[in-house]
Amino acid sequence: MIAAQLPVLQVTVPLLAAPACLVLRNGRQAWLVTLVASWITFATAVLLLMQVLDQGPLSYAFGDWAAPWGIEYRVEPVNAFVLLIVSGISAVLLPFAKSSVAREIPSQQVSLFYTLYLLCLTGLLGVTITGDAFNLFIFFEISSLSTYALIALGSDRRAFTASYQYLIMGSVGATFILIGIGLLYMMTGTLNLADLAARLPGVAETRTVRSAFAFLTVGIGLKLALFPLHLWLPNAYTYAPSAVAAFLAATATKVAVYVLLRFVFSVFGVGFAFDAMPLSMILLLLAIAAVLSASIVAIFQENLKRMLAYSSVAQVGYMVLGISFASVTGLTASILHLFNHALMKGALFMALGCVMYRLGTVRLAALRGLGFRMPWTMAAFVIGGLSLIGVPLTVGFISKWYLVLGAMQKGWWPVAILVLAGSLLAVIYIWRVVEAAYFSSEEASNLEDVREAPASLLVPTWLLIAANVYFGVDTTLTIGVARRAAELLVGVSQ
Amino acid sequence: MIQNPVLRVVSKLIIPLILLFALYVQFHGDYGPGGGFQAGVLFASGFILYAMVFGTRAVHKVAPLWIWRPLVATGLFLFIGVGFVSLLFGKPYLDYDALAQEPLVGQHIGVFLVELGIGITVAAVMIVIFLAFAGRNQ
Amino acid sequence: MDTFGLFNYWVVVFLMMTGFYVVIASSNLVKKIVGLNLFQASVFILYISMSSVKGGSAPILEEGVTLYSNPLPHVLILTAIVVSVATTALGLAIVVRIREAYGTVEEDEIHRQDESL
Repeated sequence: MIAAQLPVLQVTVPLLAAPACLVLRNGRQAWLVTLVASWITFATAVLLLMQVLDQGPLSYAFGDWAAPWGIEYRVEPVNAFVLLIVSGISAVLLPFAKSSVAREIPSQQVSLFYTLYLLCLTGLLGVTITGDAFNLFIFFEISSLSTYALIALGSDRRAFTASYQYLIMGSVGATFILIGIGLLYMMTGTLNLADLAARLPGVAETRTVRSAFAFLTVGIGLKLALFPLHLWLPNAYTYAPSAVAAFLAATATKVAVYVLLRFVFSVFGVGFAFDAMPLSMILLLLAIAAVLSASIVAIFQENLKRMLAYSSVAQVGYMVLGISFASVTGLTASILHLFNHALMKGALFMALGCVMYRLGTVRLAALRGLGFRMPWTMAAFVIGGLSLIGVPLTVGFISKWYLVLGAMQKGWWPVAILVLAGSLLAVIYIWRVVEAAYFSSEEASNLEDVREAPASLLVPTWLLIAANVYFGVDTTLTIGVARRAAELLVGVSQ
Repeated sequence: MIQNPVLRVVSKLIIPLILLFALYVQFHGDYGPGGGFQAGVLFASGFILYAMVFGTRAVHKVAPLWIWRPLVATGLFLFIGVGFVSLLFGKPYLDYDALAQEPLVGQHIGVFLVELGIGITVAAVMIVIFLAFAGRNQ
Repeated sequence: MDTFGLFNYWVVVFLMMTGFYVVIASSNLVKKIVGLNLFQASVFILYISMSSVKGGSAPILEEGVTLYSNPLPHVLILTAIVVSVATTALGLAIVVRIREAYGTVEEDEIHRQDESL
């Protein structure tokens, strides 16, 4: 009986826990509620993925109203995989969040923090699981609104301006998505994504559908920080509390990439998006620009959180690059990179959270000699960095490999070379940290009595690092799921 | 706080009517136009008018500040809870048929409870937002 | 006739562009939010316009009426308005905090203060 209700539990469990946290004034109890809800969510996601791989796509009708009329939750391999990423990161992050949040956020706001966190989680999961276009917009806004508030909880006053900037850009993006959905509804009279896909070919030649496509692409592009629409991201990640930065970097952009995949491949279809509209060339150029420019900017950053934020923009570029190939291999690379980037960015931001916990700053100059004061933390950062670069035996290598493979299949060898160039740039900015932490001649003055971060922070960080290595060696699960999801996405639309 | 006697008398007269109308919109929403969102905002506007004319402190006397947060949560619990009740009976989430023997009665109860939940939450949230902004400088 | 028949859409486009322009060009944080509101309101009108059916009455069951307007976009927009209200409230709350931290709501002034840090 429970098995049939899994799709709805995925979203309602965190949604139910959010008001519970609101009532609890005690931060510790709120954290416990959040932890339990998040672990239940993770278990649900695992079960859902197994069910989907076993029996094929699932559909869940809300209130027993059948699909095109009622709201439908639809689980396919691709979104089951994204659900797993989001809930998995959240499950690992929460034990970490407890001490980190207690250090960075005033105690009377802690229960509100967890309320917002749960709402954000609900929104991200909802966006991923829903099969209804308008429902998708609402969940997008639930996650975005809670994200704006979470960022504003940062301790620096620039957190407010960062949050405000994100709010304006995010709302403009959301309104673009709303316009796009409205135009589609105008032409087809339906909001169900599968139903839309069935009806769109009949009206694909109209200007309305084309402008809907443009609005949706730009709107989603804003949400996923596609170059040149990424301006909100660096500030937002830099000034957000460490746990929030880790959660957002690992999940928020991934979900937006998934939405792009969903609309481009299963709603509009490959034929419309890549043949009738020049999406491939646009995404290709923007992705390459993102990879190169953001990586170069990252090299010059003094604040490590900001450096990782720019690196996130570059990594989103890799994901979009895979989409622009419009082939099974390219899509496999994109979906793989969704998972892999969540692992490595989550781990790196959590390592920085450990540094923040002890030092109260993540400026490069303050880190000199830290490799000997906090050996475990910095070792985690180095392994995470290697994964970001794409060294063999880490997850980063796997997704880059598929990306290069996809480019080669298309015969776009300059693109393959640019992917490698992006990796070289990553070597430079990671090396700057390694150099400061291990090879600087004198220790920074603020390290007098700095000790290793507590185990409650280190264990979750190392859990993710271990996942980085494990999934870099044993790729049967990730590649298997990613390939199946990619085949389904490309196949459905043809 | 506004000292103008006309405003003070008139708002005292119409605030009960606003609240009553909000309840009408709330509970008649099953049959005619209306529902939780509209009713919640109307209900909150009564409080907001009271706060604007008589000052936020007068509102704190009517309803202490700590009451709003649990109210926001109550409405949400009610809404989500109704959904979970149908899950317990093995029906899909928010399938109101599960709430009573007769499907039609079940639908009625379901819509009523969900709208009530929305109404409570919307009213509480609107009042909290207003009080948070208005109380900032005190 | 066609130009005038699409009157609603002209209004929508005009409001949309006005709002969007204010969001981009204004350097006052409160005005930006006003622009955002205008931008969103134009989309609400877009939805409501498309739901109208020629000669259709309000979508309430009544005897003798067979042609109704489409109620779905109204419901959608009710939800979107709630989202918009939440965005506005949150945006203004952040502006209040910015004003408390910086003593101004002008973007240039805020940038200047941050650079001198």
